[in-house]
Amino acid sequence: MTDTSVRLTTKKDWASDQEVRWCPGCGDYGILQAVQFLMPELGVAPENTVFVSGIGCSSRFPYYMNTYGVHGIHGRAPAIATGVAVARPDLDVWVITGDGDALSIGGNHFIHALRRNVNLTILMFNNRIYGLTKGQYSPTSEVGKVTKSTPMGSIDPPFNPLAVALGAEASFVARTHDLDRKHMIETFRAAHDHRGASFVEIFQNCNVFNDGAFDEVTGREHRPANLIDLKHGEPIRFGPDRERGVVMGSDGQLRIVDVAEVGEDAILVHDAHRVDPSLAFALARLSTDDHSPTPFGVFRSVERPDYGTEVGAQLAGAAAKKGPGDLSSLLRSNGTWQVTEQM
Amino acid sequence: MTDIVDRTGETEQIDSIVIRFAGDSGDGMQLTGDRFTSASAVFGNDLSTLPDYPAEIRAPAGTVNGVSSFQVHISDHDITTPGDAPTVLIAMNPAALKADLGRLSPGGTVILNIDTFDERNLEKAEYTSNPLEDGTLTGFKVIEVPMTSLTKDAAAPLGVKPRDADRSKNFFALGLVSFMYSRPIEATLDWIDERFAKNDLVRQSNRAAFMAGYHYGETTEEFGHRYIVKPAHLPPGEYTNITGNVALAWGLVAAAHLAKLPLTLGSYPITPASDILHELSKHKNFGVRTVQAEDEIAAAALAVGASFAGHLGITTTSGPGVALKSEATSLAVSLEVPFLLVDIQRGGPSTGLPTKTEAADLNIAMFGRHGEAPLPIVASYSPAHCFFAAIEAARIALKYRTPVILLSDGYLANGSEPWKLPDVDTLPDISVPFATEHNHVNADGSTEFWPYLRDPDTLARPWAIPGTPGMMHRVGGIEKQDGTGNINYSPANHEKMVHLRAAKVARIADDYAPTAVHGDADADVCVLGWGSTWAAIDAAVQRTRRRGQKVAWVHLMHLNPLPNDLGTILQGFRKVIVPELNLGQLCRIVRAEYLVDATAVTKVQGMPFTALEIEDAIERAQEELS
Repeated sequence: MTDTSVRLTTKKDWASDQEVRWCPGCGDYGILQAVQFLMPELGVAPENTVFVSGIGCSSRFPYYMNTYGVHGIHGRAPAIATGVAVARPDLDVWVITGDGDALSIGGNHFIHALRRNVNLTILMFNNRIYGLTKGQYSPTSEVGKVTKSTPMGSIDPPFNPLAVALGAEASFVARTHDLDRKHMIETFRAAHDHRGASFVEIFQNCNVFNDGAFDEVTGREHRPANLIDLKHGEPIRFGPDRERGVVMGSDGQLRIVDVAEVGEDAILVHDAHRVDPSLAFALARLSTDDHSPTPFGVFRSVERPDYGTEVGAQLAGAAAKKGPGDLSSLLRSNGTWQVTEQM
Repeated sequence: MTDIVDRTGETEQIDSIVIRFAGDSGDGMQLTGDRFTSASAVFGNDLSTLPDYPAEIRAPAGTVNGVSSFQVHISDHDITTPGDAPTVLIAMNPAALKADLGRLSPGGTVILNIDTFDERNLEKAEYTSNPLEDGTLTGFKVIEVPMTSLTKDAAAPLGVKPRDADRSKNFFALGLVSFMYSRPIEATLDWIDERFAKNDLVRQSNRAAFMAGYHYGETTEEFGHRYIVKPAHLPPGEYTNITGNVALAWGLVAAAHLAKLPLTLGSYPITPASDILHELSKHKNFGVRTVQAEDEIAAAALAVGASFAGHLGITTTSGPGVALKSEATSLAVSLEVPFLLVDIQRGGPSTGLPTKTEAADLNIAMFGRHGEAPLPIVASYSPAHCFFAAIEAARIALKYRTPVILLSDGYLANGSEPWKLPDVDTLPDISVPFATEHNHVNADGSTEFWPYLRDPDTLARPWAIPGTPGMMHRVGGIEKQDGTGNINYSPANHEKMVHLRAAKVARIADDYAPTAVHGDADADVCVLGWGSTWAAIDAAVQRTRRRGQKVAWVHLMHLNPLPNDLGTILQGFRKVIVPELNLGQLCRIVRAEYLVDATAVTKVQGMPFTALEIEDAIERAQEELS
C-alpha cells in the first residue's frame, strides 16, 4: 500500500487548502514556512508522512500540512505518535508540540518517547507562555513572570527543555529559532535524517502574550553577541569577530572566555556524536536566561536502535522461531482432551 | 451436592464436589488449585473455578489477611458456577481455617496441615483458643495430616534442606487430594518435570512430596475409601481448560486475524488485566505488537494512533485505569477510528479491591466521557465466552469505526472452564476495506477525499490509512464539518455531528440476532442478567424450574446499544429482576429506557453471586406477585 518510489514535490504539494489561523505576526508562520520549504527536499512523499500534535497554538500545525495528520489531545502527541510509529515504521512521523504541551501536561509521554527512541521528529515551539488559553505562565516561563495566573510573579523554577531531553536519554537534541529560516531548515533536516527520536526546541515568539521573549538572543542585532552557532567538529566560538569562545575548566565547568586570552587551542571543540551526554548537557545549561550567550544547533546526535525497528525485529524473530501464527494451534497450545459420544 | 450415586468397592461415586484449597499467600495454593483443575479437566469433568487471593503480594505470613484460596467445582454434569459452598476445605494453616471455615457446607470435610497448628500460628490467626479443641470444628469431618513434616521426610533423602522442602508441601496436599478424588497423576508428574526442569532438586522435591501425599492417602486408614467424580456428559468434541483472560487474549488475536489486520496493544500493568498483556506478548509471531506504555493514558493514546495508522488498536485495563483512558476514548469517538478498550472490572472505587471481582464499571462505560460521546459496550459472560466477545467487540469497532468498550471482570478473568474448541474456519470474516479513492466531486469536476462522508447504511466514515496516495487528510478532536472533516464551529453543524455520532452507535443494534429468552417465556418473572452473573443465574433458573416454578431469563452481551427487541420482551413480564455485582446500574438503564418495573438484586462483596442467592431473589419476586 505504501508507494516507495518518491516523486518530486514542491512546497505547494505540502500545503493544505486550509486557511492558516494563527495571530498575525506569530512566530509559528515562519516555522510552518520552513517545514514546507524543507519537505520537498527530504525525498519523502506526502502520503507517507504523518504530523501528530497535541493541544495549543502550535498544535494546529497538522491542519496546514497536506499530509496525514492527527490533532490529538493535550500532551498526548508523543503517545499517539508512538502508536503510529510502532504500527508503521515505514512512515515519516512528526510531532508538533509546545512548551506547555510537551513539558507540563505531556511531560511523561515526552520523556518516554525519547527514552524509547521512537522514530519521531519532535518540534517543540517554546514561547515560554500559554497562548491558546490566553496568557498563563508555562513550565519554561522565568521565575517572577507576571501573567494572568501569576499576578505576583511566578515562583516556579522553569525547565530547561534540552536538559530534560538529555536527561531522558534523547539521541538527538537541537535548538533553533523562528527568525532564521535557513537555520531552522538545516536543523529540521538533521533531525529528520536521524533515525530514532529527534528533539528540536524552537525559540518561538508569541507576539500577543510574551512578545520579545527571545529578542536579546535571536534579534538580528543581538545575534552576533549572544547566539552561539554549534557546529560538530568545530571550536565553539562566537562574537562579531568570533573573538569569544567556550572552554571547559579543570572543574568541568564550561566558561565563556576571550579567545585571545586563552589561545585558540584551548577552545572546546564541539562533538555532537559523543556517546556521553555530559558535554551536551553542559552546553544546554550554558545560558540560564534569555540575554546571555546561548548555543543553537545540534547539541547531540548519537546512534541508538530505534523502537519501531526493535519491535519489528522481535516480531520477525518470533515468526522465524515459531513460524507464522496459526489460530487453530494457538487454541490447542494449553493442552486439549477429547470428549467422545460414549462418555 | 455429594449425593452418592453408586458404591463400588472402596470407591464412592459422587456427581460433583467443591474443593477449596486455602493457605498462606506463599504456600502455592493458586498453583495447587490450578493443577487439580487441569487434572480434572483432562479426566473429563466439567468444572468451574474461583481463585481468591489478597491484593498484597505477601501479606504477613500466617495472618488471615494473607490467606490465598482457590475453589474448584468439578462435576459429572454441566455446571457453570464454582459452587456455592465447598464440601472439602484444605487448610494449610490456622489462618486459612479461620478465613474459610465459614464457607464450608455443613458436614463438610476439613483437611488440616496439623504441623502448623502451634501457639505462634494460632496467635497470628488471632485464635484465642485452639479450634481443634474448643468445638469450632464440631459437625465437620476433620482430618489432621502432618503435611510439613511428611514433606520434609520425603525430601530429605534427596538432600533437600528442611527449609527448602517446606516449599513443596502444597504438592503433598495436591497428591493427597489427587488420591482422594481419583485424579490421574501422570499429567501432574509430567507437569512438575516440565515446570521445574531448570532446578532439578526442586523438581525432585516436588515430585517426592506429591507422591508422598498420594501414598499417604492410599496407606492411611483415615482415607478408607476414595471418591470418584465421573467424567461429565459434555457434548463430544475437543476441549481445553481456559481462563477468561487467556480466552480474551486469544479472542483479540483471532479478531485481528479475522480482520486481516495487525494488532497493536498499548497497556499498563494493572490487576486483574495484566495477564492479557502477558498473553498477547507471547504471540508476536501473529504480528501482535505489544507496548507496555508509560501510563494508562499513553497506552490508550498509542492504541488510537495505531488504529489511525491502520492497525487494530487495543488497550486493556482495570479499575482506575478506565478513568485515565476516558480522554483518549473520547478522542476516538471524535476521530471515529476503530479502537478497543478492554476493562477487566474489579472492586472500586479507587484502588478498591484489586484482586476481587465486581461489575460496577457499567456506568463509567456508558457515561464516563465528556460531551455527548456514546459508544458500544460488549460484555462477556463466561471465561470461554471472552473469546467470542472479543471478536464481536472488534467486529463492531471495525465496521462502525468507533471505540468499543469490552467488559469482563476479575471472576471471569481468573476463573476457568472447559471450552469446546470452535472450528476456526467457521469464525466470521470481520475485515473491512480501507478507503483508497476519492469520494467527492467538486463543482468543477475535480475530485477530493472527504474523510467524514459517511456510509449511508452504517453511518461509518471511510477509513483511509497513511501510505495511501491522494487520500491525505487531517483528523482531530475539534468539531469537524460533516463531510469534509474540516474544523467547523458552527452551531448547526455541531448539533448535526452529535446526532450523527449517536445515530451511528444506535444502528449497531440492527446487527444483533433476536434476543434469546431462556426458560419459560410465559413466566411472570424474568431475570435480566449481564456479564459473569450468567453462571449463578443459569444454575438458579435451572433449580427454580426443576422445582416446577416458571421463570424466564434474558442475558445481555450488548449493553449499548441495547437490543431493539429488549423493551418489548421485558414489557411482557410482570416483574423483571436484575442481578448485578453493583448497586443496580443496568437496572436503572432499563427502567429509564423501557419504563419497566425492574428491581435490582445487588451484591458488592468482591465475590460472585451464589446460585442460591439468585434462586432466593427469584422466589421473592414470585411471592411479591402472588
